[in-house]
Amino acid sequence: MALFQIAEPGESAAPHEHKLAIGIDLGTTNSLVATVRSGIAICLSDEQGRPLLPSVVHYHADGSTEVGHDAQKNQAVDPKNTIVSVKRFMGRGQKDIAHVESMPYDFIEAPGMVKLKTQAGIKSPVEVSAEILKTLKLRAEAALGGELVGAVITVPAYFDDAQRQATKDAARLAGLNVLRLLNEPTAAAIAYGLDNAAEGVYAVYDLGGGTFDISILKLTKGVFEVMSTGGDSALGGDDFDHRIFCWVIEQGKLQPLSPQDARLLMMRCREAKEYLSKNPEAPITVRLSSGEMVDLKLDVATFADITQTLISKTLQPVKKALRDAGLRADDIKGVVMVGGATRMPQIQKAVGDFFRQEPLTNLDPDKVVALGAATQANLLAGNKTGKDDWLLLDVIPLSLGLETMGGLTEKVIPRNSTIPTARAQEFTTFKDGQTAMAIHVVQGEREMIADCRSLARFELRGIPPMVAGAARIRVTFQVDADGLLSVAAREQTTGVESSITVKPSYGLSDDEIAGMLKDSMAHAKDDAMARALKEAQVEAERMIEATEAALAEDAHLLSAAEFAKITATIAKLRETAAGDNRRLINIEMDDLGFETQEFAHRRMDQSIKKVLSGRKVDDIKMGEDA
Amino acid sequence: MELSADFFALFELPRAFRLNLSELDSRYRDVQAQVHPDRFANGTDAERRLSMQWATRANEAYLTLKKPLERAKYLLELAGHDLQAESNTAMPADFLMEQMEWREAVMDARKGGDHHELEHLHNRLRSDINSRYDDVGEMLDVAKDYAAATDRVRRLMFLEKLLYEIDDALASLED
Repeated sequence: MALFQIAEPGESAAPHEHKLAIGIDLGTTNSLVATVRSGIAICLSDEQGRPLLPSVVHYHADGSTEVGHDAQKNQAVDPKNTIVSVKRFMGRGQKDIAHVESMPYDFIEAPGMVKLKTQAGIKSPVEVSAEILKTLKLRAEAALGGELVGAVITVPAYFDDAQRQATKDAARLAGLNVLRLLNEPTAAAIAYGLDNAAEGVYAVYDLGGGTFDISILKLTKGVFEVMSTGGDSALGGDDFDHRIFCWVIEQGKLQPLSPQDARLLMMRCREAKEYLSKNPEAPITVRLSSGEMVDLKLDVATFADITQTLISKTLQPVKKALRDAGLRADDIKGVVMVGGATRMPQIQKAVGDFFRQEPLTNLDPDKVVALGAATQANLLAGNKTGKDDWLLLDVIPLSLGLETMGGLTEKVIPRNSTIPTARAQEFTTFKDGQTAMAIHVVQGEREMIADCRSLARFELRGIPPMVAGAARIRVTFQVDADGLLSVAAREQTTGVESSITVKPSYGLSDDEIAGMLKDSMAHAKDDAMARALKEAQVEAERMIEATEAALAEDAHLLSAAEFAKITATIAKLRETAAGDNRRLINIEMDDLGFETQEFAHRRMDQSIKKVLSGRKVDDIKMGEDA
Repeated sequence: MELSADFFALFELPRAFRLNLSELDSRYRDVQAQVHPDRFANGTDAERRLSMQWATRANEAYLTLKKPLERAKYLLELAGHDLQAESNTAMPADFLMEQMEWREAVMDARKGGDHHELEHLHNRLRSDINSRYDDVGEMLDVAKDYAAATDRVRRLMFLEKLLYEIDDALASLED
């Protein structure tokens, strides 16, 4: 099995070999995997030549699964155990999910995120998504014939912290090294911009199966700068299917349907939607389990009419994103259409009317995100060739804040801040002798806490007793390049330091992930220990490679003694990594990390100085030489 | 270069209010191109940690220097004039009176849905604000009169907030 090919020590990849990296578009309806081969991004197909993998997972009673086309066949037969559009449930509570009543699943309310009861047991949306990711990982490994260094996974730009965290957890569960979570419209812009050598300000209108994003990007030579982003993480092509579904129920005066009938009808509605992109009229014929026959015809005009409100729902965030960027519709040089749902003619017309220009549809809207993700993965993996270099500056979609007195939100980091970003805010105690403080982290734009999404609650304890208002509690928010938040709190005035770093409550703890990994592996009859050892070995290899590359470039920044110490530490780690003592490998990786800290500092310093002073550095050097 | 270097030093720009903004843009991008976490996705832990700190710092520096109000406040802070502490002092009555009149005009236009009037108010205020920034530049860069600059900056904080409210009113009319 490709997952467990343990390389012989001597066979490890040479430092400058092409590294295998993939981009994955984990979609609501379909998912894709792409890679860069001989400088060109391509989608990888399954054995039957199909690039799209339907995002459907079917659970059998014995715990085995089918994913994709095979699972899709079971939709109408076994709807309860066939999970479709799981992306809608990622990082979401039951009350957040639209049309729960028309879904055939047994939902279980769990803290932070719903779970689904299947015949194979209770499944978290993270686990279901991991099944999809695993299938794509296997497909990529088979096609590329080697070990992957990592993957870029795309998420809707409008995904909040909980949804991003859930996606990253799913990737970890699938055994993928996540190089970056990348926003879908940004990925599309990379695929589009690099292909067309575009310059100027572009809008990316991305209507997927279950999510809507709008991003305004400035493209200049080698820089993709997201100016603003907006959207609706619960609006997509699925909703258009649902409108047709409701129309059919109303027209056919149908009684409440069984889950099987409902799923079957929903599939027919989706087919009708797709058919209407190229035809003036679509037939909808279904024989219900009661024997009753539904036979209707939907024309383009009626379809446009019943979906009109959905389309205007997408234009509100478009207006807001433009305002946030300080721009008007006329300032936009081009509008890139992404997502299968943008094939609907009424959407192309509405977007064209709004921006007063023909939208750009020259790249396949289903593939463009995966292709961009693969391109970025290739860059992040270090497969850089001179001219292929660019910088991506992305933003967070929603403001991050804290609860203050009276249930109000205090914004700490405003939406559309370029990431990574950090901001600190100071608070104080309001009672004499208060020794603890509750901290409630939220995300959203509204003033009332109740209208924002609650991300995490934690308590800072051990504040020394003081009079009210004397303590100074500094709460620091840090958002990393994946758009993920960590929060730390610290009391400043005394020598006593208490700090805590939290992960949003929607995220799974490392223990939970370990537990899930164990469960999934028990089924696959994999050996958890072998896998953990393999992971440590790969990580050690990666670290050695990165350090050696740094030494090759910048050894002159080290004294002879420092250089000798680092190379000795590398040699030791290399030897240990060839063995099977996982604990020792981890300890020695920490050692190497410690030994190279100062070196990393000096390298960073040098690179900044060099870029800012440009030729000046060379001049000085030449002067010294002479 | 140290992480704790001031924002001007970080981009090797002269410490002044009158700043070449396109130079700031290009230096910001140059620095980010070196330190951004995407450059170290495959680096060592130490490199990744440092990279996040530097990229965070570069973003903060850029955001502060790009906006004139933030830039002015930052220059005053560097010169040892704490705006927070001094903002407790009352503003002159005539300035506050003027503010109330502005606010009433904005509220009336908002209620009446008068898009044209709001645009007009926006433009008037914008040009008033711009000329005040010219004064601030003179005080900070030439006269080095930080006390006077502090007073101007405090007024500008009010005016920028008012401008934001006008834009907000315009936005609510558009929706």
